[in-house]
Amino acid sequence: MIRWLGWVFAGIVLGGIVHLSTVLILPLTATRNGYSRLEPFAPVNTMTLLPQPTPASAVLPFLDPAFATAVCRYDLTVAPLKVVVTASQAYTSLSFYTPRGIAFYAINDRAAVRRTIELDLMTSEQRAQIQEDEEVTAADRLIVESPTPGGLLVVRGFAPEPGDMPVVRGVLSQAQCRPQPLQ
Amino acid sequence: MQLLGGLFITIVIAIFLGLGATWYTTVRGVSFGGVTSGAWTAWPKSGTQDIEPYARAAMARSGELPLGSGDGVAFRASGDDSGRPFDGRCVVTLAGTTPLARYWTLTLYDRDGNLVPNAVGRHGFTSLEIVRASDGTFAITVSPQARPGNWLPSGGIDRYQLVLRLYDTAVGVATRAGRETPMPSVRTEGCP
Repeated sequence: MIRWLGWVFAGIVLGGIVHLSTVLILPLTATRNGYSRLEPFAPVNTMTLLPQPTPASAVLPFLDPAFATAVCRYDLTVAPLKVVVTASQAYTSLSFYTPRGIAFYAINDRAAVRRTIELDLMTSEQRAQIQEDEEVTAADRLIVESPTPGGLLVVRGFAPEPGDMPVVRGVLSQAQCRPQPLQ
Repeated sequence: MQLLGGLFITIVIAIFLGLGATWYTTVRGVSFGGVTSGAWTAWPKSGTQDIEPYARAAMARSGELPLGSGDGVAFRASGDDSGRPFDGRCVVTLAGTTPLARYWTLTLYDRDGNLVPNAVGRHGFTSLEIVRASDGTFAITVSPQARPGNWLPSGGIDRYQLVLRLYDTAVGVATRAGRETPMPSVRTEGCP
């Protein structure tokens, strides 16, 4: 009897290890995370306006229907990315995710100068190159460092009432992300 | 023989317990480190690189992109203040106010995060659409049939969840539940 209890106890301990390791491994193997769901819709280094979510279809779950969403799947291996977004009337935000769907940075339109949010997205290595060349001008620029060479930029524009949505979508369709090599 | 039998029992228990617990925590959204206020819970850390492993696994599975902490914070409720799960056939009322934020939105989703079809095409409210009382508080009725005032159709589905998102708010990783987070009360008024 005691012997069997020992085996059961070992099973429980081993089960705990299986549980913890699968929770940690799951995000690394998930093929339907936010980033991979966008792959068929969003070409690399191009801003793509997503269709509004409806009950019948949504590119991602839990999208806020009061927001228009544009995404830019980026790849910084060749060059840093220049991002230019015009803020819509009410509220606009930019969120940055790693390919695993971790939000590493987000800003809103408080960072806008004359209703335009302009920033340079680059890796730490590219950032290091800049600081050697042009330390003075770098201070005036909004630079976002990406922890991974690839990732996802999500621009969200708020339509406080449904009637505002066409205008917000129009503003967001002008948003840009494009590679800009270091001088 | 006894060794084999023992090993077999150990491995069967380990697999069922381990994978079962993982399935349960990622599908049902068990997650630690949340800010709870009444029926509502937010995980501000999910919008940062410090996202904890359970929330990370749940989001990898659902495909959701969490709100970044510099953008806003999302409070979720899947039941009323007494813990009773939302039922789309019942009348549920939300009353009160929200923490300070530049804007907020309230959205009704099914369990998987899809919007719920309904005759009027309404899936939520924004802070500018809502009709308020003179003291700034508001009341929202979630029900299958139309109601006067702020009516949010439940579409009559079995289970749903409500997500209240605060945009450009001071509520974040450092927030503790309590006076900083006055969330609306959630009551089930009646079921057919």
